[in-house]
Amino acid sequence: MILVYVETTADGADEVSLETITFARSLSAAGGGVPVDAMVVGPAPDSVADQLAAHGVRTVYRADGADFERFSGAATARAVLAAREAAGAVVVTAGGTNRGNEVLARVASQVEVPMAANVVAFEGLSPFVVVRQVVGGAALEHLRLGHRPAIFTVAGHAVEPAAAETPGQGSVAPLEVALDPADLAVRVVSVEKQDDSGADSLKSARVVVGAGRGAGGPDGFDGVTELAKLLGGSLGVSRVVTSLGWRPHHEQVGQTGSRISPEVYIPCGISGAIQHWAGCSSSKVILAINTDPEAPMMTKATYAVVGDMHEVVPAINEEIHRRRAGG
Amino acid sequence: MAGPTNVLVCVKRVPDVSGEVMLTEDGQQVDARHVGFTLSDHESCAVELAVQVAQAGGGEVTVVSVGAAESVEQIRSALGVGCSAAVLVEADPACLGPADVALEIAEVVRDHEGRGTSYDLVLLGNDAADSGDFQVPVRLAHELGRPVVTGIKTATVTDGLARLRADGPDGTETYEVPLPAVVSVMEGGVEPRYPTISGRMTAKKVEVETRAPSREPVGSGRLKLTLPPPTRSTAQVLGEGPGAAPAVVDLLEQLGVAR
Ligand SMILES: Cc1cc2nc3c(=O)[nH]c(=O)nc-3n(C[C@H](O)[C@H](O)[C@H](O)COP(=O)(O)OP(=O)(O)OC[C@H]3O[C@@H](n4cnc5c(N)ncnc54)[C@H](O)[C@@H]3O)c2cc1C
Ligand SMILES: Nc1ncnc2c1ncn2[C@@H]1O[C@H](COP(=O)(O)O)[C@@H](O)[C@H]1O
Repeated sequence: MILVYVETTADGADEVSLETITFARSLSAAGGGVPVDAMVVGPAPDSVADQLAAHGVRTVYRADGADFERFSGAATARAVLAAREAAGAVVVTAGGTNRGNEVLARVASQVEVPMAANVVAFEGLSPFVVVRQVVGGAALEHLRLGHRPAIFTVAGHAVEPAAAETPGQGSVAPLEVALDPADLAVRVVSVEKQDDSGADSLKSARVVVGAGRGAGGPDGFDGVTELAKLLGGSLGVSRVVTSLGWRPHHEQVGQTGSRISPEVYIPCGISGAIQHWAGCSSSKVILAINTDPEAPMMTKATYAVVGDMHEVVPAINEEIHRRRAGG
Repeated sequence: MAGPTNVLVCVKRVPDVSGEVMLTEDGQQVDARHVGFTLSDHESCAVELAVQVAQAGGGEVTVVSVGAAESVEQIRSALGVGCSAAVLVEADPACLGPADVALEIAEVVRDHEGRGTSYDLVLLGNDAADSGDFQVPVRLAHELGRPVVTGIKTATVTDGLARLRADGPDGTETYEVPLPAVVSVMEGGVEPRYPTISGRMTAKKVEVETRAPSREPVGSGRLKLTLPPPTRSTAQVLGEGPGAAPAVVDLLEQLGVAR
């Protein structure tokens, strides 16, 4: 039995969770078709059961109610542990998100077994060997996960989420989770909601103009923003840019951001680290602009322009204006 | 809880790689001979937060590292920016797994507590830059029986309560945690300070408490490291500098996205 901790949004299971279920199904197939079950904690639309069934899930365990309204890592881990008992799971997995990694690390420390973060593949079942990203994705670690349950998270956007050929039952099983007061002592007290409607338009944009550390600072985005506007597209950025607070997180492309699949992606001043690539590799055409012709983004791109984005991008904008003016 | 807020901050000596890495011949480690070692960004921010919290609360910061004797280099750099005491649990890093590290740090916390120094807050990075295990903070908290919050960007402490802010899936989240607690830090919320000359001088003088591990490590389960396959360039270079703009716009028109 494989148990997937599923994270949800108002629309249902999130993308990385569906990717993780897809990964779990490939593991199940290799293991003779053991069922894949899911654990959904906290508020989620009822439609999530049908959605998960379409992805091959047998049982959808649910823990809901006031105690799970606001996120508590301890309470969530307790719920996943309860589902693990109920399902008799020998594998417990989740997406390699902040939440996924935290919750599974809690489960692993309580069961006293190892946890492998950011797995991208598995190599064998007995012994169970997983391949995971280390050193910021610059190297892969082949790691033996000998304990049961085997606990690991799946790196974001390392697999394509796909519906199952044979749907699962998706039967909902509410779980009574016995919580300790200590489990609720630490939880989110408030959330300053961000307007993340931008993330949806980023994911569906036909053109995305990207900007990374090469932008130089919070004031370095005028050119790329204008280019995105001229092309009717969206702005996407690297994690460096969001970490430094230059741009909001919903604009981040990559493993821990959005996965985009535009007709054209124009990354400017982005080196093309594996975690960024995970979010943009399904772009049809990539036109990279970078001062360093050896940057991974420049070598992986379809087209490249070597140069300073602060010179090249304004020149492109000007050229577009000129042609539109009929010049 | 009144009184000063004492903080323990955990740092790891990691290879200073950005971009491509090389592996040792046996494929067990990153070959750091040509790149050197550093302290990762998450941990630099954890050190900065530790110093801020301790200064505001009239407490002190102790830095701890588990690993090779050379980790003293990273310990000294933390001492140079405001930590005032240091512990090295000296062990072969190749033999350590995340559970081992958590147990050794917990041992330091308990031992110091027995000797009269308690840590109200233990700060760590969110994930180690080399092994990326994403779990030492949670395992440490479990071992100590303390609450833990992961991935926070800023922290303030008042009256024994830590207010923490983190980037959550729906926006900025606030947590309130009674101390003592364990907290892991994500880079970007604070700007790590540079060492001052006097800081460097003090750093040299502090005696690092060096300890042996309290038990046999269980290890990480690593079989080997490999490198992802190299990519050969397939890109067509459209030009250099602003002069490439007409070629770029030609391409965008040809792709049907320029108007
Ligand atoms: C667990 C994990 C998850 C991660 N998730 C993500 C993610 O979701 N998304 C993500 O993007 N990253 C992610 N990262 C971070 C990733 O590893 C890289 O650190 C990050 O993508 C680098 O951002 P960058 O390309 O902007 O910066 P850098 O790597 O510093 O590259 C800057 C580039 O800009 C170029 N440049 C500099 N100045 C100019 C100029 N004036 N004009 C043109 N070019 C210029 C440089 O040549 C360089 O190539 C993650 C890392 C980890 C460990
Ligand atoms: N060997 C170590 N010595 C001290 N602190 C460590 C060590 N390994 C990990 N840590 C801390 O735990 C954090 C998370 O590491 P990890 O769980 O291994 O990804 C790091 O950012 C450090 O703050």
